[in-house]
Amino acid sequence: MSHGPSAPSQGGGHAAHDHGPYVPVFTPGSARASELAELIRRYPEKRAALLPALWMVQQDRGWISEAAMQEVGEQLGCTAAYVKGVVTFYTMYHQHPVGQHFIQVCTTSPCLCAGADKVVEAFLEHTGCKELGLTSPDGRYTVIEVECLGACGFATPVQINEDYVEHVTPEKVPAILAGLKD
Amino acid sequence: MGYPHQSHPRETPVLSKHFGDPEAKTLEGWKARGGYKALAQALHSTPTAIQDVVKASGLRGRGGAGFPTGLKWSFMKLDDGKPHYLCCNADESEPGTFKDREIMRWTPHALIEGVAIGAYAIGAETAYIYIRGEFTEPIRVMEAALAEARAAGVIGKNAMGSGKNIDVWVHTGAGAYICGEETALMNSIEGKRGNPRIKPPFPAVAGLFGQPTTINNVETLAAVPHILNNGAEWYKAMSLSSPKSTGSKLFSVCGNVARPGNYEVVMGFPFKEFLYDLCGGPLPGRRFKALIPGGSSVPVITIEEAEAVLMDYEGFIAQGTMLGSGGVIIFDDAQSMPRQLARLARFYAHESCAQCTQCREGTAWMTKILERIVAGQGTFEDLDTIFDLAESMTGKTICVLSDSCAAPVTSGIKKFRGEFEALITGRRTATVAVGG
Repeated sequence: MSHGPSAPSQGGGHAAHDHGPYVPVFTPGSARASELAELIRRYPEKRAALLPALWMVQQDRGWISEAAMQEVGEQLGCTAAYVKGVVTFYTMYHQHPVGQHFIQVCTTSPCLCAGADKVVEAFLEHTGCKELGLTSPDGRYTVIEVECLGACGFATPVQINEDYVEHVTPEKVPAILAGLKD
Repeated sequence: MGYPHQSHPRETPVLSKHFGDPEAKTLEGWKARGGYKALAQALHSTPTAIQDVVKASGLRGRGGAGFPTGLKWSFMKLDDGKPHYLCCNADESEPGTFKDREIMRWTPHALIEGVAIGAYAIGAETAYIYIRGEFTEPIRVMEAALAEARAAGVIGKNAMGSGKNIDVWVHTGAGAYICGEETALMNSIEGKRGNPRIKPPFPAVAGLFGQPTTINNVETLAAVPHILNNGAEWYKAMSLSSPKSTGSKLFSVCGNVARPGNYEVVMGFPFKEFLYDLCGGPLPGRRFKALIPGGSSVPVITIEEAEAVLMDYEGFIAQGTMLGSGGVIIFDDAQSMPRQLARLARFYAHESCAQCTQCREGTAWMTKILERIVAGQGTFEDLDTIFDLAESMTGKTICVLSDSCAAPVTSGIKKFRGEFEALITGRRTATVAVGG
């Protein structure tokens, strides 16, 4: 439930994900194509595989472009517009490229009690991302605030790409960033 | 709680008994701890017989609503010739609540066993465990455990050699608090935007893919194998208070408290002893001021009110709040209630699906007004406007998201009006002395 990243500012470079032509994910005979076919069999309706299919695209391409929505729609028998309607509902699907390390700091009330706002400031400072939702000039980081990560007893939790880091304080931020593998 | 520290002697670890024990995560380890006996027994029993045991146990839904589980299951018309579905709600997103995450991380087979029994009890051959997308670790653990259970023939076609089919799949969400609302959850599985549906029809009549469906919370389903193994009377006996509230319950404790974490106690446990003995009381030099005991959607109570609570469904209602999901958020005397409630309102405004006007506009207005008060720009009329708004937001929408925004805000203003008035008259900015 992130406050999704905003579009990259003009001239902002993106080392991690460029805007090259879209490479389809579900090409006939590919591992992803058979994975999708297997997924579809779990449901009585093909369209139910939409969320999982979008996850596969995001894992492989880093974000979900209009061309990706078109491809997923073709695979599952719905229009690109329908797919876009779904993509825009869920906050975890990136509609723009994001930094190589996507950092989501939980700031909902229980974490605010623990000082999550200071954790956000520390990440913005140490990553060089000047504002929430913007990607750092080197393309390495995007920092956003996220609504309740469901780890309130381990405040402040921060999700970096797939992994949770718990009990984060502003002092720990430089070491956490130094430990991220490119 | 078992993880990250030892259970307190006054806890009753049933669901949390194996938290922190990595061996309990495997099929072999789970069987060695008595796992899958209940499922084997259930598959040779009848769905109605299982429903009856669960009804007799008094088990009530642990996701927040507290609806009797056995009764919910009995709404499913067996032998109607239609496919039935079970959805396990693992979208745990209610601020303050982090118990289902621990159940899935440490005891995935407990949940699979509960899901399989639940599916059989409602005549379903397919169950989906809907896990919020952020929970990547629980998803990995559940997928691994499901693969193991499938390979061993515990679930799938001819489950445990019973001739019955029970397929269980994980369905991963993608970031939306509202998908924890049962009809939004079904839409999300169907590959739609997670908008709640108008009820009726209720899910037991027309739910997932238009077919009869039951939705149960993780903690509810994980309790079922224990009930079948030990009997309804054993479960009912785990209560210190009202006969309407039975069994053990996981409470997630967070905010300004010495020992945050999950604690499992029997229904009716005295909240005062829970807060000071089990959770270690306030942080050094501070005192508890207020808390929201059932996840952020229930009314705020003062510490004085909280100390009088017996922890069960009726006990929290008696003090003007609700047990909800059991997510206890504690605020100490260093916290500004206006600032905390403004942040909570922002959560609901962000998570509104925006179908209903009262919710879409109400949560956004409430947030703006509260943030204005916190910034020292509020007026007394603002407080009246909030109460007017809250009335339009309560009981008038498709789901209860807007009610859930109004409840903590209005109760918080009523109980801590002085803090709001100080900000308005003194035009001072709400600040926090420590920790933020």
